[in-house]
Amino acid sequence: MIVLVFLLQTIRIAIPYLLAAAGGVMSERVGVIALGLEGLMLSGAFGAALGSYYGGNAWAGLLGALVAGLLTTSIIAVATLRFKANQVVVGVAINLLIVAATRFFLRLVFDSASNSPRVAGFGGEGAANAMLASFANPVVWIGLLALPALSWLLYQTPFGLRARAVGEKPEAAATLGIAVGPLRLKGLLLSGALASLGGAYLALDQHQFTDSMTAGRGFIALAAVIFGRWEPLRVAVACVLFAAAETLQIQLQGAQLVPSQFIEMIPYLLTIIALAGLVGRSVAPAALGKSE
Amino acid sequence: MKSTSEIGAVAVAPAKAGYRSMLENVLPVLVALAIAAVVGDVLILTFGESPANVYSLLVEGTWGNFYGIGQVLYKATTLTFTGLAFALASRAGLFNVGAESQLAMGGFAAALMGYLLPASVPGVIAVVLCVCAAAAGGSAVAAVPGALRARFGASEVIVTIMLNFVVLALLNWLVSSHFHVIETLHTLPINSGRVSRLADMFLAFRGSAANWTMLLAIAAALISTWFLFRTRAGYELRVVGLQPDAAEYGGVSVPRVLFSTMALSGALAGIGGVNFVLGYKGYYEEGFAGGAGFLGIAVALVGRNHPIGIVFAALLFATLSQGGLAVNALVPKQLTDILTAVVILAVAMSVPEVQRQIRLSTARALAMLQTSTSRAEGKT
Repeated sequence: MIVLVFLLQTIRIAIPYLLAAAGGVMSERVGVIALGLEGLMLSGAFGAALGSYYGGNAWAGLLGALVAGLLTTSIIAVATLRFKANQVVVGVAINLLIVAATRFFLRLVFDSASNSPRVAGFGGEGAANAMLASFANPVVWIGLLALPALSWLLYQTPFGLRARAVGEKPEAAATLGIAVGPLRLKGLLLSGALASLGGAYLALDQHQFTDSMTAGRGFIALAAVIFGRWEPLRVAVACVLFAAAETLQIQLQGAQLVPSQFIEMIPYLLTIIALAGLVGRSVAPAALGKSE
Repeated sequence: MKSTSEIGAVAVAPAKAGYRSMLENVLPVLVALAIAAVVGDVLILTFGESPANVYSLLVEGTWGNFYGIGQVLYKATTLTFTGLAFALASRAGLFNVGAESQLAMGGFAAALMGYLLPASVPGVIAVVLCVCAAAAGGSAVAAVPGALRARFGASEVIVTIMLNFVVLALLNWLVSSHFHVIETLHTLPINSGRVSRLADMFLAFRGSAANWTMLLAIAAALISTWFLFRTRAGYELRVVGLQPDAAEYGGVSVPRVLFSTMALSGALAGIGGVNFVLGYKGYYEEGFAGGAGFLGIAVALVGRNHPIGIVFAALLFATLSQGGLAVNALVPKQLTDILTAVVILAVAMSVPEVQRQIRLSTARALAMLQTSTSRAEGKT
């Protein structure tokens, strides 16, 4: 029973990571650094709360999340693809922008500095087992399937082949007649949609939007992308691993075996170690971050 | 005929280069400010307020009284340090996104030093020791991505970002389990090394956090200018940023420059912590960095990576930050945070665009010059 509870809680924690990391893999495989994942997730969470509040149900929330996420993505796309702005700077700016913008609109729409009113989520209330009931949530299933589906998309379809070519050698891809810009745009839009669903999961699960509710999850997802060496299935394993560490921290709370701060560090430390090549080298897509 | 045109070209070149770099550096900033002003107008109107009222309140609350000026100077001091930190690394082709945690570690180190020193230590010596501790703290944090980049080629962007979380968690643990004053998230006050506030000398600044650390920031900007453009090490740093292969071929050890630049960049960010710890509160407090590390990127970007430009950019972003508090009665203070992000995005977008346009127009001018010269040659 303890094992089952542990597993279910790990999955619940992993869902936003899986979705955001899928977005991260997509973005980075077409050559755009995914530093804006945190902002994309947060905009998705806010869009979900807004959609669910006005639409009255969770599906409207998902729609709202997608609209907000794609709006945010379009800023990233215009800045990096059209204007060739530095991708690191754009990522940092997007994160600052979305934190500020969601606070601003929280005041404007809900007249609150901290949270939205309660909004509809996906069922699960009043069910006998709240843990199992979370599987009634379609976002959970999208999250579980996102990275395997992305693996298929990248390695089994013409789009995937082109996407990888554009991320590794854009000049060669262009020579073969692939339109690099439009393909990167498609990759970015898919990335933004996935990451914003990760944020939507958080808002719908907690039935409200709270200020800065993503709390660094976008960066954990980015860590998973790098620790998983940009391979969707490895990235999925990394997400579950990081989520398991977090579950352990929650379960051990009070036991005081290891200070919680040290468990918090695990994903980041593992990523740094992986980048240094101490445990199997992480090598980024060759054209990552290069604008031309 | 030909020789006169050559002489003309030589005479024109320096003036043109100066004008060009002015255009390249100043135009994007002006464009960005214009865009931010328009976005600001729209946001203010959605809140049903008048943009003119809000903007005049913003100016009044920042540059309109001594308290506001003091607060702007205080915030600009920290931003100058983090901006310099980012710019210096950037000149060597490195992206130091870790100023946030380097700043925090610098502040913690300064607070620890100030706490350990007995009160009998003369003020000047204590301040120097605390500043050195802050520099060492920030530098130690930045040395990790520096070493990993120099030794293994690991992306310093990712390592600095990841290290931010590690270092902030570590500081959180250190403070909450070893150093904090009960029921607070700050350390015990320092015994020695306080920097006096402007208000101690000029009563008008009463209540503001402005302190003499700002002279240290100006000195850091001047020394950075001298270092970058007047010393051999600074030259090597810039060469590595512009052309690492050429630098290597010219006998520069690129890994050594990368490592020492990161360490120096971290030291600058770390010294920024002195502003809060020695000049304002007298202790380290959880979360005092409050985004100033990330804003350093904006400061360096708008200051065009030039130390003197950075001082002005720091004043601009400090004004926006303090201005948010001033307008909070009419519109949410996050308005100015949004404008800050818009300025960053707009500058990041317009810099490459302006460079492209200049390149295009130069190419066009050259082509015209060539056709006219060859026509002239054809006649003789």
